[in-house]
Amino acid sequence: MRREIPLLITGFVGAVYIVSFFIPALGFVETVTTDWILIIQAFAIWLGALNLLKINLLKLSTGKKDRVYAAVVIVSFLVMAGAGFAPLLRDGRDYQAAGSSFAWLFDAFYVPLNATMFALLAFFVASASYRAFRARNKEATLLLLAAFFVMLGRVPLGDLLTAALPDGWRMSSWADVIMNYPQLAGQRAIMIGIALGIVSTSLRLVLGIERSHIGGE
Amino acid sequence: MLEKLLALDRRWIFLLVIVALTLPFFLNLTCKSYVSPEVRTLYDAIDKLRPNSKVLMAFDYDPASEPELNPMAEAFFKFAFTRRLKVIILGLWPQGPQQADRVLERVFADSVFGAMNLQYGVDYVNLGFQSGNEFAIQGMGSSIERVFPRDVRGTVTGDIPIMQDVKDFSNVDFVFNLSAGYPGTVEWVQVAADRYGVRLGAGNTAVQAPLVYPYLGSGQLTGLLGGMKGGAEFEVLTGFPAKANKFMVSQTAAHMVVILFVIVGNVAFFIVQGRGRKGRGEV
Repeated sequence: MRREIPLLITGFVGAVYIVSFFIPALGFVETVTTDWILIIQAFAIWLGALNLLKINLLKLSTGKKDRVYAAVVIVSFLVMAGAGFAPLLRDGRDYQAAGSSFAWLFDAFYVPLNATMFALLAFFVASASYRAFRARNKEATLLLLAAFFVMLGRVPLGDLLTAALPDGWRMSSWADVIMNYPQLAGQRAIMIGIALGIVSTSLRLVLGIERSHIGGE
Repeated sequence: MLEKLLALDRRWIFLLVIVALTLPFFLNLTCKSYVSPEVRTLYDAIDKLRPNSKVLMAFDYDPASEPELNPMAEAFFKFAFTRRLKVIILGLWPQGPQQADRVLERVFADSVFGAMNLQYGVDYVNLGFQSGNEFAIQGMGSSIERVFPRDVRGTVTGDIPIMQDVKDFSNVDFVFNLSAGYPGTVEWVQVAADRYGVRLGAGNTAVQAPLVYPYLGSGQLTGLLGGMKGGAEFEVLTGFPAKANKFMVSQTAAHMVVILFVIVGNVAFFIVQGRGRKGRGEV
């Protein structure tokens, strides 16, 4: 039964969405199923949060050299959770209102830390471009040229440098052509391939052929 | 010498990038943005909405993408409020609704919009975050109140004036999604636009924008703001030039530094390669 029940649930949920797409009168079944999924996903957040806490508590107790990071995670987690729950328990639900401790922690710590991590990408992209963008063969040269036109065409300087050319021949137009034709064609091909893969995998799941999600082969 | 250039310490590259990014802030430079068709389409779609139309704004990003997406959100809010549109805010990312609050704070700090005396619950509302990704969008197709039973202030959604006649997507005139990944524009297209016929526009990070271009050509997406450039163009069109236009100068400088390094790297590469061939007697 440990296998059959999850397989039945998977098959039922998959069938609900397929059938209600073609028979709108059965939309109410889909509505109820969607509610269940939302509730389960909300619980999954709890599960994830508690798992994060458990893993880091274990890391802290084992005394390895990265236990400092585990301590930082635990303290940050508890402080943010405490700041979020305190106003909820005290006077209502508006835990993120301007001036609340949660909003302050979000603005003063989370925003700069999160933004800094992403901003570092600019430096690594610049460094990687210098080392990787070499015209070693035909394919690399094409990639290099496309990058050149898009990078220059996506900033106002590109048009400024080609201002003497007629409309439609300036750098931004070249970048648009690359984005709207070869790039678009490549994206569509990838998307159609992924969609076909999803359809076949989903059908295998609904029909119970694919069992890896319940620990099968 | 050229070999040294090819093996250049990356800290020199980092230094030049940071100079290129920060220097324009002190020079007070501006640059003219050419408006691309996808930005014009989005602007026209919103411009055609009648006053009091309901616009749903989905904030699906975190502070990492704030520099690219907040200017778009700010220009969108200003344009929507000027056109007397009613704005319903929500987020499928936990940090999304707070991003909206941060943008609104900036909008209301502007004396023009501060003086408009816009009221929470009447002119705009923040429904907060809901987990469930595309299933949350799917749920909104049958009832928005079921998915968002309360707003961020704890008020029952059904009691909020702006939500009185909003049951599902059929009562929403336009959806504008600001996205930095999953869940985001792709999910809004696949569920809200395709299944429920919602008119959808989007603002994406430059990294993500190429992924949604196919939806523009097919008409599933009504306009797209791609990266800082899309934001800058939208600011110009709406008549509220702000951060995106200012940041475009920095972005231009950074792009120039990268292009310069790529050219230098390739020139050095070919010279060194040519010398190697000569040395081996291949030329």
